[in-house]
Amino acid sequence: MSSTISTTTSSQEPGGAPSGFEADQGTDSLGGAARAYVNRVRGGDLGALPAILGILALGLLFTALRPETFLTPRNMANLADQAAPIIILAMGLVFVLLLGEIDLSAGVVSGVCAAVMAKLLADAGSPWYVAVLAAILTGVLIGLFTGSLVGLVGIPSFVVTLALFLGWQGFTLRLIGEGGTVPVRDPVISAISDKNLPVVLGWVLALVVIALYAGLQLNRWRTQKAKGLAHQPLAVVLVRIGVIAAVVVLVTAVLSVDRAPAPGFVLAGIPYAVPIVILLLLVLTFVLGRTGFGRHVYAVGGNAEAARRAGISVTRIKVLVFVIGSTLAAISGIVAAARLGSVAPGSGGGNTLLYAVGAAVIGGTSLFGGRGRARDAVLGGLVVAIIANGLGLLGTEAYLNFIITGGVLLLAASVDALARRRAAATGH
Amino acid sequence: MSAPTGRPEDGTPTLELRGVDKSFGAIQVLHGVNLKVFSGQVTALVGDNGAGKSTLIKAIAGIHAIDGGEILFDGRPVTVSGPRDSAALGIEVVYQDLALADNLDVVQNMFLGRERKRGLLLDEVSMEQAARETLTKLSVRTLKSVRQLVSSLSGGQRQTVAIAKAVLWESKVVILDEPTAALGVAQTRQVLDLVRRLADTGHAVLFITHNMVDVFEVADRVAALYLGRMAADIPISQVNRSQVIELITAGRSGEIGIAPAEAAAVEV
Repeated sequence: MSSTISTTTSSQEPGGAPSGFEADQGTDSLGGAARAYVNRVRGGDLGALPAILGILALGLLFTALRPETFLTPRNMANLADQAAPIIILAMGLVFVLLLGEIDLSAGVVSGVCAAVMAKLLADAGSPWYVAVLAAILTGVLIGLFTGSLVGLVGIPSFVVTLALFLGWQGFTLRLIGEGGTVPVRDPVISAISDKNLPVVLGWVLALVVIALYAGLQLNRWRTQKAKGLAHQPLAVVLVRIGVIAAVVVLVTAVLSVDRAPAPGFVLAGIPYAVPIVILLLLVLTFVLGRTGFGRHVYAVGGNAEAARRAGISVTRIKVLVFVIGSTLAAISGIVAAARLGSVAPGSGGGNTLLYAVGAAVIGGTSLFGGRGRARDAVLGGLVVAIIANGLGLLGTEAYLNFIITGGVLLLAASVDALARRRAAATGH
Repeated sequence: MSAPTGRPEDGTPTLELRGVDKSFGAIQVLHGVNLKVFSGQVTALVGDNGAGKSTLIKAIAGIHAIDGGEILFDGRPVTVSGPRDSAALGIEVVYQDLALADNLDVVQNMFLGRERKRGLLLDEVSMEQAARETLTKLSVRTLKSVRQLVSSLSGGQRQTVAIAKAVLWESKVVILDEPTAALGVAQTRQVLDLVRRLADTGHAVLFITHNMVDVFEVADRVAALYLGRMAADIPISQVNRSQVIELITAGRSGEIGIAPAEAAAVEV
């Protein structure tokens, strides 16, 4: 109570701007913005910080331990392929986690959808687009089913998806057959992971992404300033654009280097999985940040009762979120099948889900609902993929991989819980 | 003590309840309740725990359907069969637990469920401008930024945002459920000032409270519920503090209140 009163009195000081909203004027210097950021982090709002530090620390660690293999263009391309399915699955989980729900079946749903695609390609001889559409449609229907059980019937999502975790594995087993695998040899599907964008096209894509990002950011800043709305200092916007541009250019440059294992042919360019991830990132960021639906997802995750009283259909939001989650699981299953070249009864089982939940949480999405962004899946997915990739290079045994990845998820969840407590204590 | 402002009491009340009954199963909670709420005035609704205050506001908000009597809005009889009906009439309720989403900012909360859009996109520019305008109109000076997350606000600031949210919707009647219950001295002051400004900007305010100081600070009229019956609905100038307390605890005070025979019957 005393802290709240002191807040009040300090804001009523005669020196304060008479109209209030003094923090909205955005005339802060870069230093002021940096101080505000440090305060936010201290207050428990860590944002992308843990994931970025994780990427840097793990990158340095594995570079030090395996200097001749880790930071090579070939391994970086491999890392991108490895990370893509994890990131896409994690993007779906970000939506589910935003509501404070969980989808334990997301991994095996990716397996079911991949199996549907593989069977259509191998047995029915369907063209790739039919198989892909069928897999995505399967994801949509599964999401409708899960979402209805959670939203309409009102079973806790933990129980529904735990049951479905088992159930869908049976489905995949029935589709693929005991002990069998269905190969995925369609050239278009395989290209997702095997083929690369031509180097020139890769650079064009990189420049388009940078220009798009810079344009949107600057345009928003200009509108906010012109209309007298709350806005960040221009320097902060410029630094952000600069950092994004540098990262994009660096990644494109590394992936544009010839990484052919033997002389005689050229292997260079951005793997096709990367533009798929970028496209999904753009679409989902737009949905969460700029549409009414996205706003309502945050509202339901933050305070479902408030959302209900505001006239938002909480049931509808829940069902749609599970549909989005399962649809992204289907896409993740397709990308994973392209990478492995086959679908097995165990596809999407094992540590698939753990990796994706870990990715979302490490990226900064809260397990308690209401906080998270699409980019969390990308950053966290990279951390998880670097761990898997690096441990693979070190040749650690499987048991150690499980322990380390499980440990990282626990660490991320602890950071989330502690940040939440700290936020509650400091009023952020 | 603020002098009564706004239109004289013989005008048409913005909201009027006539003989409203409400039962839950065998238990009758409201007995022929009459109530008038005038625009430009603050009507304090007082009553002990269990007197039926919450049931009454939920009946007005459309959460509970009434069993008997009628609700008049601007003199016209209306049926309110859901929260959307009452919102469409221009009745906004600010609940005690505030119903704000902590993870959204002030603007986002004020427009929650009624976001302005341009095509698919949220129209953040117009929403932020409108929110700022409303807060400025209510002379809210304690917010540092309209883009602050609600989780970072103090209790009084949250109450302010919840009230401003109600005002944003061109509401005519604003019902406040114990807005000062959990607040400290300085924050209660702010909220009471805001309640007064609501009335001064032409709203009809129904202010539910337990606090006699608050009643005499801002109210123009006082309505006292006693065991589901309206003991009195009169201008504040006609009663003093001890009379209001008697109305709350005994249903009558001197010549005001429920008739002695009826009061005795109720008490049995």
